[in-house]
Amino acid sequence: MATAEFDVPELQEYVDVPEVEEGTMAHLKPFVVTNPEHNTDLGFPGELVEDWHGKTLEKLDDLRSRYRSLQVYLDACVKCGSCTDKCHYYLTTKDPKNMPVGRQDLLRKVYRRYFTFAGKYFPKLVGAEDLTRETLDDWYSYYHQCSQCRRCSVFCPYGIDTAEISMAAREILDSIGYGQKYCNEIIAKVHKVGNNLGLPGPAIEDTLEGLEEDVFDETGVEVKFPLDVKGAEILLVTPSADFFAEPHVDGLIGYAKVFHEAGVSWTLSTTASEAGNFGMFIGSYENMRRVSMRVREAALELGVKRIVFGECGHAWRVAYAFLNTLAGPFDFLDPDYPVPQHICEFTKQQIDAGKLTFDKSQNDDMTITFHDSCNVARATRMGDKPGGQMDIPREVIKAACNNYVDMDHNTIGERTFCCGGGGGLLTDDLMEIRVKGALPRMTALNNAVQEHGVTHLAAICAICKSQFTKVMPYYGMDMDQVVSVHQLVSNAIVLTGQRTEDDEEEQDEEA
Amino acid sequence: MSTVYALLFIVATLVMVVGLALKIKQYANTPAPLKIPTTPAPTTEAGVVMRLFREVVFFESLFKSTKWTWIFSWMFHMALFVVLLRHIRYFIDDVWLPIVLIQPFGKYAGFVMVIGLAGLFARRILVDRVRYISAPSDYLWLVVLLFIGFSGLMMSFVSHTDVTMVKQYFTGVWTFSGGELPMDFPLMVHLLLVALLMILFPFSKLLHVPGLFFSPGRNQVDNPREKRHLAPWAKTLEEQE
Ligand code: HEM
Ligand code: HEM
Ligand code: SF4
Ligand code: SF4
Repeated sequence: MATAEFDVPELQEYVDVPEVEEGTMAHLKPFVVTNPEHNTDLGFPGELVEDWHGKTLEKLDDLRSRYRSLQVYLDACVKCGSCTDKCHYYLTTKDPKNMPVGRQDLLRKVYRRYFTFAGKYFPKLVGAEDLTRETLDDWYSYYHQCSQCRRCSVFCPYGIDTAEISMAAREILDSIGYGQKYCNEIIAKVHKVGNNLGLPGPAIEDTLEGLEEDVFDETGVEVKFPLDVKGAEILLVTPSADFFAEPHVDGLIGYAKVFHEAGVSWTLSTTASEAGNFGMFIGSYENMRRVSMRVREAALELGVKRIVFGECGHAWRVAYAFLNTLAGPFDFLDPDYPVPQHICEFTKQQIDAGKLTFDKSQNDDMTITFHDSCNVARATRMGDKPGGQMDIPREVIKAACNNYVDMDHNTIGERTFCCGGGGGLLTDDLMEIRVKGALPRMTALNNAVQEHGVTHLAAICAICKSQFTKVMPYYGMDMDQVVSVHQLVSNAIVLTGQRTEDDEEEQDEEA
Repeated sequence: MSTVYALLFIVATLVMVVGLALKIKQYANTPAPLKIPTTPAPTTEAGVVMRLFREVVFFESLFKSTKWTWIFSWMFHMALFVVLLRHIRYFIDDVWLPIVLIQPFGKYAGFVMVIGLAGLFARRILVDRVRYISAPSDYLWLVVLLFIGFSGLMMSFVSHTDVTMVKQYFTGVWTFSGGELPMDFPLMVHLLLVALLMILFPFSKLLHVPGLFFSPGRNQVDNPREKRHLAPWAKTLEEQE
């Protein structure tokens, strides 16, 4: 393995709340941007500026005047401790700076020291601290050990959301030229090429042609995977992982089959070939907006009437909660549909309208459970009712599968545990925190495996899927146990005119 | 001495009222550029009012999290509320009926308040995670409130003070025409600490009171697809293009 060695926690029946042990994760830092262009392309200084002290305080002051969340959250915490045992990273690393309030305090101490009466004159009394070079390193370390999953905000009596604080801290670090390589490199790629993986148009076209052939060979039906088709009704924006990686790509096949059966015209776009938006992870409104504008421009250029997003958690947050604000108004689209829609909402509507036929037995070799992705569960909605984001994906799964069970109720829904790799941590240099942070989810999954014979974990997030395929082997599970929700749909859907197994047998006999 | 206390209370009231007003103004004027309610969230204004009501009255989120903190905290805050209602009689003449009705048992709310505070104090010392996040001021707040409670209870149950005099004094405090304050030790302590609390209110974690109502995680309507939510600075950014 590329990273330093670390102990992989063992799966137990429960994850106990550990005793505080200071400094256990202080050594872990993601790689810093090395190519200055990856900073400057995003509008940040290429490397750490000389006057980092003044610039840091200036940025903090600027952000608290532009974000009510930051200002209120820095003031309101009463140190009640309610959030302390809610973060998967604290639970598995014991490091108190990974307790949500401990993480917030790294920034709060500096805020208090320079911007509050009590901190200016009585720093010791209220725990205010000077800003030093070490403070920056601490920020860099621990604000990159937060997956911005918002689990803490569910349990805080004032809804204090550590994700907002870590976004602000990362924006401050970026603004003084102390950026994280993984996120900034990816955003630079989106700005240049149009997707996180830097896949050029022709490569996408090739992949899609290949998929058309595969589906035809398997079903005998010509399911299209259109790219840049002007005048299509729906623009599908999906995470670029869907174009090549397992199990993501099986999800893409699922969407195509659903569109095919629904009888709507649709298209992907080369310029908006990425649903993900890492601008959110680094807290940068400007970058998040720039990435979002690609979707608007593609929709205008292709003249579509609707926008649908594929399976991705943080992408759905940006799409559902921010897109209209960042890149709206979308008054040029069909007003009968919400902008944008989630692919699960779309599929659910087709199911309700009776447009899809399923042979659920195709999934009988599996017992499925569903992982609620943090961003979907705690930052978005599907359908018209609060909580639809939990119900609709489950209803889609149940329409396609006979065997479904939920994991422990304390680990799903709004209380869901993060996969451990969200928020810009999905990089090998952070493998230690990723593996450790996955423990609560792995524990709940393992219990469901033991008690209910669960064989597969379905997810609707590209990051969750990538993270699980990487970390499940550390816990003695198999990477193939992760499936896309629309992969299940794809398995079970019976296309109009599809060759049945009987046909295949006949063919075999003839041959 | 009575004049010193009168001055003290005038200053304390001014600091608290002006300080809080400025803080509230700051919160109200700071834009929330994106929709970030913790979901599932209400989709209507009325739903948001209900959500905040549940947070203020039942401490819903805290209840979800930890029953021990919740029970002590809820005891403390609800008792505090009753105690403060009971105190209204020191400041106005014609006390409303509900406040008259709670007087007899409201007297015991002081005990509940102190028990709640003691529980919170114990938790702060005993739970290592909470100990780690506590600054000296976090303990001191509990100590201040405990002493306000003790001194109040002393007056209610042990060495009574002349409540009529107190009332006269406080109804006239603004015009320095309230006459004398009874010079009882518990009352002096009680009032000194109360004045301290009022002065520190806008500079401390007691800002959780206005903070809750301004928290975007709790006070936003979940309707971003229906409505754009453009902050003024974000609009300027757009127009620059
Ligand atoms: C709208 C009214 C209020 C609400 C909803 C509210 C809510 C809360 C909640 C949920 C906590 C966290 C749990 C805990 O640690 O106890 C808390 C803590 C606290 N509250 Fe309030 N509160 C309110 C008013 C007040 C007032 C008026 C005071 C003071 C006079 C006060 C003093 C405190 C203190 C000192 C703590 C920290 C307790 C500790 O150290 O554990 N609160 N409040
Ligand atoms: C200017 C403000 C205040 C004045 C003039 C005042 C005065 C008094 C007096 C005269 C008593 C004795 C009542 C009796 O003998 O029956 C009392 C009791 C008490 N006070 Fe205060 N007080 C004030 C503010 C507060 C505050 C802010 C708190 C809480 C944080 C508080 C908590 C209590 C408690 C717990 C008791 C004992 C129980 C009760 O009689 O309700 N007081 N106060
Ligand atoms: S947002 Fe998630 S990862 Fe970050 S502190 Fe809160 S619980 Fe931990
Ligand atoms: S739950 Fe909220 S108020 Fe309590 S310690 Fe955590 S962040 Fe602070």
